Amino acid sequence: MDDQRSAFDIGPATLISGLGRITLMLWRTLISLRFFFVSLRLIITQMYYMGVKSIWLVAVTSIFTGGVSAWQAAYQFKDYVPVRYLGGAVGKAVLIELGPVLTALVLAGRISAGIAAELGSMRVTEQIDAMESMAVDPVRYLVMPRFIAGIVMLPVLTMLADFIAMFGAYIVSVRMVGMETETFMNGFKQFFQLSDFFAGLAKSCGFGAIISVMGCYHGFHATGGAEGVGLSTTQAVVSAAVLILVADFIMATFLFQI
Amino acid sequence: MIRIENLHKRFGDLVVLEGVDLEIESGQSVVIIGRSGCGKSVLLKHVVGLLSPDKGNVIVDGLSIFDFSRKELMQYRRRVGVLFQFGALFDSMTVGENIGFCLKESLRMKSAEIKEKVGEKLSLVGLSGIEEKMPAEISGGMKKRVALARAIAAEPDILLYDEPTTGLDPITADRINELIVDVNKKLGVTSIAVTHDMASVYKIADRIVMLYDGKGICDGTPEEIKSTDNPVVRQFINGSSIGPISAQ
Repeated sequence: MDDQRSAFDIGPATLISGLGRITLMLWRTLISLRFFFVSLRLIITQMYYMGVKSIWLVAVTSIFTGGVSAWQAAYQFKDYVPVRYLGGAVGKAVLIELGPVLTALVLAGRISAGIAAELGSMRVTEQIDAMESMAVDPVRYLVMPRFIAGIVMLPVLTMLADFIAMFGAYIVSVRMVGMETETFMNGFKQFFQLSDFFAGLAKSCGFGAIISVMGCYHGFHATGGAEGVGLSTTQAVVSAAVLILVADFIMATFLFQI
Repeated sequence: MIRIENLHKRFGDLVVLEGVDLEIESGQSVVIIGRSGCGKSVLLKHVVGLLSPDKGNVIVDGLSIFDFSRKELMQYRRRVGVLFQFGALFDSMTVGENIGFCLKESLRMKSAEIKEKVGEKLSLVGLSGIEEKMPAEISGGMKKRVALARAIAAEPDILLYDEPTTGLDPITADRINELIVDVNKKLGVTSIAVTHDMASVYKIADRIVMLYDGKGICDGTPEEIKSTDNPVVRQFINGSSIGPISAQ
């Protein structure tokens, strides 16, 4: 089909109008924060969906991320760096990079896609129009609770991911690499800085906003039928993943001064 | 009173409305007819402020709805009920929650009051006791009736019906038509319905307007429309494939 659009079909005009619409949506979301307490039930529902329902996914990905980090680090240290630095190296990598970024990328797949599919199908079946026609602002009712939930739950899940990834790294280091528990822990403590941990959480707040906004934006602007909803879902995941990596670079240059 | 003035709307290269003028007196029931894709639903969406025109205006009680602030637009929308073509019921909510949605989220009514109103509106559309059912559990005709109950829940003074009988069997369609006549009479609302179902048109219309080529080409009572000499209108109301309107 000649007119078939792809998830990567972004010309300059589309990009500029898209940025304008995202800014407008963000602005309306921030304005609707004044209805925070009225929307508390909706916010808690979204926090449950995004947070509690993602625990197992985050746990499984984190334990293997930590494990493979320890194994790869041990492989690269071999013959060059004393293995007592393994805990420190893996700890740094997990807290400032792997924990926040991998958690965000995994959740972009789950949450952005879920939001875009839900809101997209509401758009194409005129449910969002119906909401507006009943004098209920869909940005206040649908976007703001997801935006808050994303910003709050991503750091919570990242903390969990950090902890589980370190546990995975510890298991691999002790059971497979053959380190002593004390050596691993001392290495970790030696390089641990609380500021790294908080900087990682600050990044994850930004990632949470990106995940929610991309899901809501693409869902809101879905057109057509099932094909349009599918396309908006793909676009939500792709754009969230790309923006997470771009934002990671930008935030890293501000948060971690060389 | 609702006055639609010189309304123009295009989507990309597709011109949908090209200068529609229409005046609707309070309490009147107007039906807009026309072929699928002629801009009937687009016109309706302008009346509730879901779409903005490229040119022209919608004036309600002397005020242009496109000059309203966001707050004023919300206040105006509380006066308008819309029955969407496929119901547009919120599929994650029960029937009761759907009908009570506007009362809870927009009018901030208390739960007991909402429950009472929901029961009252459901009984008005002949569906008492289905508050706890999900939209997926009810038939197409029931969905339309629930959507009608939702549209009238906030007791609006303007009701917009978008293809109220599309996709329904003739008996259910007739039941919906009777309900619309009944609701319009009981609530004394100004109503605009868009449809191409002529049985529905003759049953609910005080006045009929036909849209063709982005403009209103005919305006009259059902009797006047039935006896019109306009070949386009005649072809449409007779449902004939032969005539000035291309069948494609």
